[in-house]
Amino acid sequence: MAKRVRRATRRAVLGGLAGTAALAAAYPLRAAPSGAPVRIGSTLALTGPLAQTSLIHKAVGEIYVELLNKKDGLLGRPVEWVLLDDQSKPDVARTLYEKLVTVDKVDLIIGPYATGNILAAMGVAQRYGKMLIQHTFGLPHLAKYEMQFPSSPIGPEPNKTAPIPVFDLLEKSKTPPKTIAVVASKFPSTHFIAQGFRAEAEKRKIKEVVYLEYEFGTRDWGAIAARVKDAKADFLYCGALGIESVQLLDALKKIDYAPPRHYHQFTAPGPLMNAAEGNHALAYTYFEEHEPFTSRPGAKEMLPLYRDKAKAMGIPYPFFDFQAAASGTAWQLLEAAVVATKSLDDKKMAAWLKGAQLDTLMGKLRFDGPNNHGPDLSVVKQVIDKKWVVVWPENVAGAKAVLP
Amino acid sequence: MPSFTLLGQALVSGVLIGGLYGLLGLGLTLSWGLLHLINIAYFGLAFLSAYLTYHLGEVYHLPPWYAAALLVPAFFAAGVALHWTLARFRVAGLVSLLVTFGLIVVVEAVIQIVWTADFRKLELPYLTASAKLGPVYLPYMELTAFLIAAALAVGTWAVLRYTYFGKAVRAAAEEPSMAAAYGINHRANALLIAGLCAASAAVAGIFIALTTTLAPSQMFAWFGVVFAVVIIGGLGNPLGALVAGVLIGVAESMTMALIAPAWAPVVAFSLLIALLIWQPRWL
Repeated sequence: MAKRVRRATRRAVLGGLAGTAALAAAYPLRAAPSGAPVRIGSTLALTGPLAQTSLIHKAVGEIYVELLNKKDGLLGRPVEWVLLDDQSKPDVARTLYEKLVTVDKVDLIIGPYATGNILAAMGVAQRYGKMLIQHTFGLPHLAKYEMQFPSSPIGPEPNKTAPIPVFDLLEKSKTPPKTIAVVASKFPSTHFIAQGFRAEAEKRKIKEVVYLEYEFGTRDWGAIAARVKDAKADFLYCGALGIESVQLLDALKKIDYAPPRHYHQFTAPGPLMNAAEGNHALAYTYFEEHEPFTSRPGAKEMLPLYRDKAKAMGIPYPFFDFQAAASGTAWQLLEAAVVATKSLDDKKMAAWLKGAQLDTLMGKLRFDGPNNHGPDLSVVKQVIDKKWVVVWPENVAGAKAVLP
Repeated sequence: MPSFTLLGQALVSGVLIGGLYGLLGLGLTLSWGLLHLINIAYFGLAFLSAYLTYHLGEVYHLPPWYAAALLVPAFFAAGVALHWTLARFRVAGLVSLLVTFGLIVVVEAVIQIVWTADFRKLELPYLTASAKLGPVYLPYMELTAFLIAAALAVGTWAVLRYTYFGKAVRAAAEEPSMAAAYGINHRANALLIAGLCAASAAVAGIFIALTTTLAPSQMFAWFGVVFAVVIIGGLGNPLGALVAGVLIGVAESMTMALIAPAWAPVVAFSLLIALLIWQPRWL
């Protein structure tokens, strides 16, 4: 097993103290903010195929800005979030970030949702020297811009690190898998991580009995399901995005097959949790609604507000999971950087964040690794009794994994 | 070497998804071939019907056949109204493509406002039930969709071929002024055909709700393949749309089973290009 926690260095400790102080300073109640608003610009995929997840980021962002304004805003000024719809298209995201910087002249920017759009926004941020805190960039080796900071602790090489806890968990079961079926979307970030799962399986001498790549937007899952059933693997790895996991499991059920154990990369948590065939599904996460995650900074305040907001917005899965936590963390990082540097200067804030260690909704974050990534803090969750619970590693598990 | 069970299952899957392609293509092919309107608003209507089916099932606990009893006549009326409006403003040909694309965008926005962009799925136990034929499984819902698609395609074909109404519609499609000279009320017939097209979109939508997970933008995912189905099947030919749907469905499914799922989307358009180059008489 790869070593995932580094020894604390003096710099990390000092950074951690500074970061914690900055976050703590942001929380006490103060006078109402006044003056010209601090304008923070971003886009989200409010329409198009990525809109489902963007709704979560919209809800969290609105809550966070509301909370900021109930306190002291930023630097004593109220905060205004200028949010535009990039329609799930990177080219539109790029144009809109140009507009935010050059026409709307926002003070700060924050990232859009999903890898392609973040990459597009990163180019604009780099051109204008703006700091970009982003929540969900899945290809960290491409994040070359020195003033971009990830709020998801995906690590610099998630293809190598994300599979480790999953296979560690499976190896602890009574019957560790000997064969694996890999079904992977060609969506860039899921595809990238799926290749890491294949490599890790090979390293652990787990035989790959079928490998199937499919296009994002596949409609007919019947033939894919037939191949998965035909392969009779001990473990199904589903490198899926959103609803695709449920579509595959539905198709498998229709041909009377339930994979003995199955893991889903970036699944839509609500539909998978509610589907009968989703019981005991394993998936990727950083935050679920139980201890120790709910004791992280900001969680107690955000969770009930998010629950109410999500219900009001008609979001069918109103639980605060890792997408919501990633979004909340991005805002926490931005707030901490402004508070610590007492400025809106992108270069100053970026320099401060680079050396900071911050205790956030997503855990203790550092940015001192390659492309400003700290360690991979991903954990494994499972649907148990129609609820997502972290099951691995044991020190953060809310329940014992059910592995038939 | 793939097993016969795998091939059989892939074949069944392809035939059944082909039925849904044919069902979705029915309205477009009739509208395009007989009314000279490239009315892609039927995709929007189909997804609106899917969301209404979901809503009636999820909120009011109405089974899908009740949804069908409500939605099919309502969509028939909506189709008539839409055609009347398009005819009133003399919208035809390529302009109709643009106008009806605009309508789809409106429908997508309305769906997103009402049901949000999040995924919606009907969770009913019988939706994933299947019959078994030897080693091959036949999902009931997909099978029902196929049978209804086939019944609608054959029924529409028979009406167009053997009834006075059908002959009048075809005559008006060929030469409206000459048909009018023979006393054919082509405007009234066109309204009826438009209503039937919208009603078929409602039926397609009900089965989309019963067999897939819904998201507003998904309606655009069906565009390419259904256009290919309509063109390969021959404009205005309901049986052709079904046969082309099955042809493409099976080709996609076999590609997934024998080569790789990622190659499946290439198949529909490769078939379309090959047939356009070959130009068989029925195309």
